[in-house]
Formats: sequence, structure tokens, C-alpha cells
Amino acid sequence: MSPRKTPALTSTHIVYAVVLVTIAVGAVLVGSAGRNFFSTGNISDILTGTSVLGFIAIGQTLVILVGSLDLSVPYVISLSSLVAATVMANETGNILPGVLAALALAAAIGLANGLIVSGLKVHGFIATLGMGLIISGYLASNYKGSAGQTPLAFRLIGATGIGPVPVSTLIMLACAGAVLLLLNRSRLGSHMFAVGGDLTVARMSGIKTRVPVIAAHVLCSVLAGLAGLLLAARLGVGSPTIGSQGGYDLLSIAAVVLGGTLLAGGKGSLVGTLGGVLIFAMMDNIMSVLQINPFLKDVVRGVVIVAAVAVYARRRTLGRPARFSDTTGPAGPPDTRPERIQKDTGVTA
Amino acid sequence: MSAHPTARAESGSTRQPLSRNRSSRGERLLRFLRTPGGAVFVLLLALLAAVIAANPSFGEPGSLIRFLGRTAPIAIAAIGQYFVIASGEFDLSMGSVVTAQVIIAGNLIGQDESRAIPVLLLMLVFGAFVGFLNGCVTTLLGVPSFIVTLGTMLALLGLVMYWTGGAATGNPADSFRQIGRGGIPDVPVVEVIPYPLIILVVVAGAAFWLMRRPFGRTLLAAGDNPRAAALAGTPVWWVKTRAFMLSSLAATAAGIILVGYAGVHPSVGRGYEFTAITAVVLGGVVLGGGRGWVLSAAAGAFSLELLFTLLNFLGVQSTWRDSVQGLIIIVAVAVAAQTWQRKRRGAPPAASQVPPPQPGTAG
Repeated sequence: MSPRKTPALTSTHIVYAVVLVTIAVGAVLVGSAGRNFFSTGNISDILTGTSVLGFIAIGQTLVILVGSLDLSVPYVISLSSLVAATVMANETGNILPGVLAALALAAAIGLANGLIVSGLKVHGFIATLGMGLIISGYLASNYKGSAGQTPLAFRLIGATGIGPVPVSTLIMLACAGAVLLLLNRSRLGSHMFAVGGDLTVARMSGIKTRVPVIAAHVLCSVLAGLAGLLLAARLGVGSPTIGSQGGYDLLSIAAVVLGGTLLAGGKGSLVGTLGGVLIFAMMDNIMSVLQINPFLKDVVRGVVIVAAVAVYARRRTLGRPARFSDTTGPAGPPDTRPERIQKDTGVTA
Repeated sequence: MSAHPTARAESGSTRQPLSRNRSSRGERLLRFLRTPGGAVFVLLLALLAAVIAANPSFGEPGSLIRFLGRTAPIAIAAIGQYFVIASGEFDLSMGSVVTAQVIIAGNLIGQDESRAIPVLLLMLVFGAFVGFLNGCVTTLLGVPSFIVTLGTMLALLGLVMYWTGGAATGNPADSFRQIGRGGIPDVPVVEVIPYPLIILVVVAGAAFWLMRRPFGRTLLAAGDNPRAAALAGTPVWWVKTRAFMLSSLAATAAGIILVGYAGVHPSVGRGYEFTAITAVVLGGVVLGGGRGWVLSAAAGAFSLELLFTLLNFLGVQSTWRDSVQGLIIIVAVAVAAQTWQRKRRGAPPAASQVPPPQPGTAG
């Protein structure tokens, strides 16, 4: 597989180099503020910060790998937190039904996204933007504020940890491990890379191109649903604005691209994405320890995202010019040509 | 296979002059209306008819012209976004540029009318600079425009909010706000011609003209296939950078109008990028670049606003607006995608008409 065979420095290596740089900078900056960056409390804070974005970014990686996008995640998060909290209604016995209901609904949304993208040939950007708007209208019409309540046993998931590692982060890492196996060891995973790399070539190689796209969207929504459950566990209630407030759609896409995955699809690594999430979490932690103005935080975030991605983008242009210009171009021309050939032969036959 | 080229050549020789010279204006219009870019005008008329049916007073010239004025900023933003999308990129920073310009106008002009012109110039320069930055980082550093403009969106909004301390206050002088809320009074039939509408007409006319100039042609070429365009001698980076500058300038114009219309508030302009992209896509412009008509993008903006007006008149809760908008764009793009595909499949003569004459003239 091409993403892993690349010799020398891959983007994943650079991501983790950036992670190390961030740790070093963080240690110095936090140290200069008279605090310890490596204290158990601080590490636990950082890891807690990775969990929600982590879930979403894992799903977003899959969707971006198949050449789509998911902008509906914030609303799936809100919806799943609301459904879980209202179904549970503070009854310990209802935890399982609540979780299942939230995840089933999320999966259904993902299925709809996948079918719209692969079946109706709607660009993932538009399909999921539209889906997000539809859910957002539903949320605004039916929920005036936070609703439901999660029982104590469920809330513990968001609050406990093993040593400095929160349980939520462990669950997130377990999901990442499962998805990593899916991507690197299963046929479906290979098909995801193939479909994202070149849809036409994948189809001509005999791959049922709709299946990986739909699977990626379903998994992405389910993972967003998990993030919603985690937020419901932390808050104790479901909230209709929790997802959109976090700006998780764009942040997760930024984390994925920061992790070295091509926005155009077909190439990337989940491990890199986790590095991207970790960078974001550490940046947030450092800035809150230093008590930086919240508006300046956004400025720093924006600049770091662009600067970090620029580092790999340059490398790619230097290393593999042909492929790079392939991926910047939209799939227009390579799409039309084989189609026309097919139709032409169809006409003559 | 052997029969195919001759069939093609035949259709080429007989149909070529027909389609070029003899098809009537009406025929060409009908054909245009069947493309996604043309269908939006049908949609526009249908929505207009529906709105007037729901509320006949909307059809009076006075209220129609006020509607046009009200929709001008989003239509201008859509025109700006069109350039970027046609060149194969995204501009997510649009909403932040609108907000930033609104706050700049509020803070720098204040009640001092003499500052209106210098600040106006400063805003235009600032808008062009943001676009230039977006374009250069996208094209020269090779960062995907989605990420670049996302970064600009975060950074710009953060900077402006930091500057104002989070609570933007102070409306600019009334003379400046007249650009957005005023108009030429005492016009027969329509009572008043709003300035925003005049700005929109000028912008739309300029955009229409620009797209017929070499710039417009190379823009579409660069959006369709940047490598081919570069090989043909197009300075792709500069074409795309100019598209970004036009987009930010359009956002600036929208901001100037909105300052008059809505006043200074940090939420002015929020979500403008997605509304503009929605309008552009509704106008049949293809994400990924290379296809679409700029005036269809403006028509998309009007359709979207008419849709909201219709929902209002029908008494639909405003909270459902989002859902309807979401549904509409999915349906519109799905229909457009099917149409482009059908065109590609169903009309091979049209697709292969252009190539055959070349071997003919060469041989």
C-alpha cells in the first residue's frame, strides 16, 4: 500500500515531530508560568481534551480518506447527547437502551449521508452541510434548552480514570485501534483507500465503490454519536448546542489534515490524525494555563493550522510533484473521460 | 469501434453549423434552461409566483424592489464566492471578513463623517489583502484552500474580537450607513431604488463582464484542470489569487451594506460563507471548479431568500428554516448531478462536436 511504503520521512513522522516540539514549547512556557507541564493533573487534562475531538477526528479521517467530508458531526453530537439523556432519564437501568438509541440514530444519519454521497452523487460537502442543517432545524424546533438527565453510573465514565488516563480517552484509543485494524488489515479498509484515491480506477478494478463510502459515513456518524454520549456523561444532561458550540466539524477536519491526510482523499494515516488531535489538545492546555485571551486563542489556532499544514504541503510538492498536482485538481476531467468511453463503446455495441 | 469515428464525423459535419448558427434564440434559451445553471432561473420564477400567491402584496413593485435591496448583500457574497468555487477552491473566511469589516467601520468611522471615505478605502484595501493572503498561501504554499480559509476565518475573527474586547459597539456615522439603508427617493412606480441594489447591479455587471474577459476564461480553465491550464501558459497561482481577492472584496461590499442595514454586531456575517456557498451551488455551479455561470450564482442567492420569504408567509416556524434549506440544497445538487451526468451520457454528439472539425481542417 502506497501510504505506508513511502520511504524516508512520512507526514506521520513530521506530525509526531511537531508533537515533540509542542511538548518542549509547552514545558518551557508552562514552566515559566510557574506550573508543571508534566504533572499528573495536567497530563490528565490534556488527555481529557483529546477524547471528544479524538472520536470525531477518527471518523472524519475515514470520511476524508474515501474522498468525502462530514460537516454534520456537530449536530449528530448534539442529537445523540439529547437522545441518550432523554431516554436514560436518570434511571441506571436505561443506560444501555439510551446508548443504543443514540448510536442507532447516529448510524441512520450516517447511512443517509453515505447514500446521498454515493448514490445521488452529491458532493460530501453539500450532502453533509445539508444534513447538518436539517438536524439543526429539528433541534431548534424541538428543544428549547438542555433536556433529560444521565444517571450517576453513566456520568462516572466521563469523570473517572486509571492513573492519569481518563476512561474516555481509553475508549477513544480502543476505537482508534479498531479503526486502524479495519483500515490496514481488512478488505474494506483497502477499498476505502482505493476509492478515495481514484474512484474510476477503483470501479474499473471491480470494487463496489458505494460500500466503502457508505461504511465510512456510518462509522463517522457513530463515532460522533459516541462523542455526544461522552459529552452527555460529562454534562449530566443533553444539550442541543453542545456540538455546534465546539465547532467540531471544522476543527476535526483541521486535525485530520494536520495529521497528514490529504483533503482530496486516498492517502493519509489515522495515527497522524491522533497526533493532530494531541497537538490541538496540548495547544489548548498551554493557552489556558497561560491564561491567554480566548479570542487570541482562535488567532493562534488559525495560524498554527495553516502553518503546520504548509510544512507538509511543501514537502509533498518537493517529493512527489506528479501526485501532488493530481490531488489538487478536482476529479472533473478524469471522471468524465472514462465515462464517455464507456458510453461510446456502449453505443457501438 | 471502426464504425464509430465515421458516425461521429457525420454528426459533426451535419450538426456543427446547425448548432452554431441556425438554432434559434428560443431554442438556445430552452437548452440553457435545462442545465442546472439555467434551471435556477425557473426555480426563481416558480418561487416568486408562489410567494406572490401566498401574499399578493409582495408582488407590488415597491415591496419587490425592497426585497431586491435586502437580498443584495448575500447575492454579492455569492458572486464573490462564485469566483473562488469556479477556480476549484473554497472560501470559508467570507463570514469573518464581513464581521471584521462591519466592526472596522463601526470603530474607525464612529460619528466622524469626514473619516468615511478614508476608512472605506482602508476597508477595500484590507479586503483585497485578506484575499491576497488566502490566495498566496493556497497556491504558493500548496495548503488546501479549505484549511487556509478556515485558518483565516479563525484568526481574523479572533483578532477583531480581541481588538474590540468581545463587545463591538459604536455604529458608524449615518451618512456611511446610508449606503446600506438608503436609496434614491421619489422614483416613479417603485418609490425608491435602494443603494444596495445599485451596488449589486454594478457588481453583477462587472462580474459578468469579467467572466467573458480572458481572466474569466482562464479562471474556469484553471478550475477545471489546473495542470492543463498551467501547461497552456496560465499563471494559475495569480488567476486563483485574484479569485480570492474578488471574493474578499465581495465580502467587504456585503459588510459595507450590512453595516447600514443591520448595524454593528459581532454576529453580523456569521455563517455567511455557508450561505454563500449554498447559493452558489443552488445556482448550478459545480464544487471542484470549472463549471457554472456567475449570474446563476446570484440567482441562487435570490432563490434562497425567496424560499425563506415563502416559508415566512406560509407561517412555518423560523426554526425549521435550516431544515428546509438543508433539504433544498441536497435535492438541488442531486438533481444537478444527475443532469450533468445525463448530459454527458445522453448527448455524445454535443460532447464530441468540437474535436472532429479539427482533424478535418488539419487534413
